[in-house]
Amino acid sequence: MTVDQANPAQENHSPGLRLDDGSRVAVIGGGPAGSFFSYFLLQFAKRLGVELCVDIHEARNFAIPGPGGCNMCGGIVSESLVQNLAAEGIVLPANVVQRGIDSYVLHTDVASVRIETPLHEKRIAAVYRGAGPRGSKPTEWRSFDGYLQELAVGEGAHVVRGRVESVSLDGGRPQIKAPNGAPLTYDLVAVAVGVNSSTLKVFEGFGIGYAAPQTTKTYICEFFVGRDAVEKRLGSSMHLFLLDIPRLEFAALVPKGDYATLCLMGEEIDKPLVQAFMDSPEVKRLLPAEWNASPDFCHCSPRINILSAVRPFADRMVFIGDCGTTKLYKDGIGTAYRTAKAAAKTALLEGISANDFRRHFWPTCRSIARDNQIGKLIFAVTRQVQRRRFARRGVVRMAAQEQEKTGGRRRMSTVLWDTFTGSAPYRDVFLRVSHPAFVAHFVRNALAGSRPKEIQSS
Amino acid sequence: MSELGKPFRDGEVIVQQGDTGDCMYVVQKGKVEVLTAKGGADLRLAVLGEGDFFGEMALFEREVRSATVRALGDVWVLTLEKKSFLRKVQEDPSLAFRILEKMSHRIRELDIALEEAAARRSAR
Ligand SMILES: Cc1cc2nc3c(=O)[nH]c(=O)nc-3n(C[C@H](O)[C@H](O)[C@H](O)COP(=O)(O)OP(=O)(O)OC[C@H]3O[C@@H](n4cnc5c(N)ncnc54)[C@H](O)[C@@H]3O)c2cc1C
Repeated sequence: MTVDQANPAQENHSPGLRLDDGSRVAVIGGGPAGSFFSYFLLQFAKRLGVELCVDIHEARNFAIPGPGGCNMCGGIVSESLVQNLAAEGIVLPANVVQRGIDSYVLHTDVASVRIETPLHEKRIAAVYRGAGPRGSKPTEWRSFDGYLQELAVGEGAHVVRGRVESVSLDGGRPQIKAPNGAPLTYDLVAVAVGVNSSTLKVFEGFGIGYAAPQTTKTYICEFFVGRDAVEKRLGSSMHLFLLDIPRLEFAALVPKGDYATLCLMGEEIDKPLVQAFMDSPEVKRLLPAEWNASPDFCHCSPRINILSAVRPFADRMVFIGDCGTTKLYKDGIGTAYRTAKAAAKTALLEGISANDFRRHFWPTCRSIARDNQIGKLIFAVTRQVQRRRFARRGVVRMAAQEQEKTGGRRRMSTVLWDTFTGSAPYRDVFLRVSHPAFVAHFVRNALAGSRPKEIQSS
Repeated sequence: MSELGKPFRDGEVIVQQGDTGDCMYVVQKGKVEVLTAKGGADLRLAVLGEGDFFGEMALFEREVRSATVRALGDVWVLTLEKKSFLRKVQEDPSLAFRILEKMSHRIRELDIALEEAAARRSAR
């Protein structure tokens, strides 16, 4: 990959940079951010009566099972994104949703507690980003990313299959070189390459002040458990683990058809950490007794953002999804939707200069980045709870009591729900956790839970 | 393979005319019929399918439900609560575009129906 660094994009503060009839837009990366951007850009253009040409350059074929067609993630489409999509008129088809999730179960060494969704609805979708794990039958699954791409194509986007090899400037306009084609010049480039692509380095050297997000390594594995065992042992719940394992921030097991997706997040997740997690009694209890992790299971170690990108915009260029800004640890797809839509609205309604993006797109990124600061604080508190048995007991006891009661305020349940599913901003969670009534209830439960007769396991 | 939302069986009432409500609904799978009580019988106003919404008037008014909505065959319906939806609209007003488009469409249809009714009356 090469970039013309000799002629970096100069920031233009004049109001002349805008999209008009016949403007050409390139989207590099057709994951959720790229497809959402194309979809909304073309939809807004249609409303305004502007004819655009939008090319999505995507390296992967989402119809292939296994790593070649997969954008590596837990595959949870959050409650908040499911609701936004419903309001946008986007219905996730049943063959894209591998499982509708109506509850989650929090597992700790002291006990487990189930927390139901409001109204007992299936409000969260478990999906495969590609066409399913390596070795699965291709016809069985429909890729989530593939479906979003179809939506964008339905609005008029063209998919250019292949990896973008170089980006340069042609008389101030971005020019893209795809593998076997002539260079293509565009009026605007939306970069949506995620954080698992070497392409990011190219933009860092582009002279626009962009610096890629800081990331850390995670772990994902697709376990074949069998449909009946998935139904019996995992049901329609997402399983979360609050375990005292060093460097492990968060672990989730998500049911999908015949499989369960395991996600581990924390500090540079490595093999010993994965083994320690798999050997824990809480995990063993959940999986069938005769079941063994096979080394052949489809697994990967993708990177996840821990800090946002610096200056994710320039004249005629905007960085959306993971390669720009995303929510810490949660709802990455939902945040890709937010940043993609903010960029599409800015490009069409305001303009495509760096100044336009700063004024109208950057506030969305900034509010996500600020919320992540609070998220870090919440995860620091969670880590302390994870390390202290009495605190774990207090959390589980308080949530379990709320779930048993009908009515009443479900302070702990909603805090856990919103923290672990990413359904609400971290700021909201923080405000609820720091409320004196929450603290009082928690302390009372932690103290009561320490009495020996109270200790019970579910 | 799985649906989202909540399932309703054929003929089950999802929204009852005259009830108070603070949610709107989006059909995820199947069809529903919108009915209004007229002289002891149910008059069908519309049939809605996948992606269509109903109950949206509750987002803007504090009036009772203006029609009954019933499942036509097995359906799955997702609920959007008023408070959380209005918060979303405050963050991204364009989220209400589709509702506005649909409502404007309904006004146009009502205008046509009114004109037709007026024409019929004057022809008598
Ligand atoms: C362990 C883990 C678990 C996660 N779990 C969840 C979850 O359950 N729910 C959730 O909402 N989020 C989750 N996320 C986050 C989520 O994966 C991301 O936020 C989301 O994928 C971001 O979308 P994107 O479009 O920005 O990037 P990506 O999904 O990474 O897509 C980037 C696309 O760009 C393409 N591309 C890259 N370079 C080029 C090039 N040079 N030319 C052409 N194409 C290119 C890639 O092929 C890819 O299709 C998880 C992340 C990790 C690491």
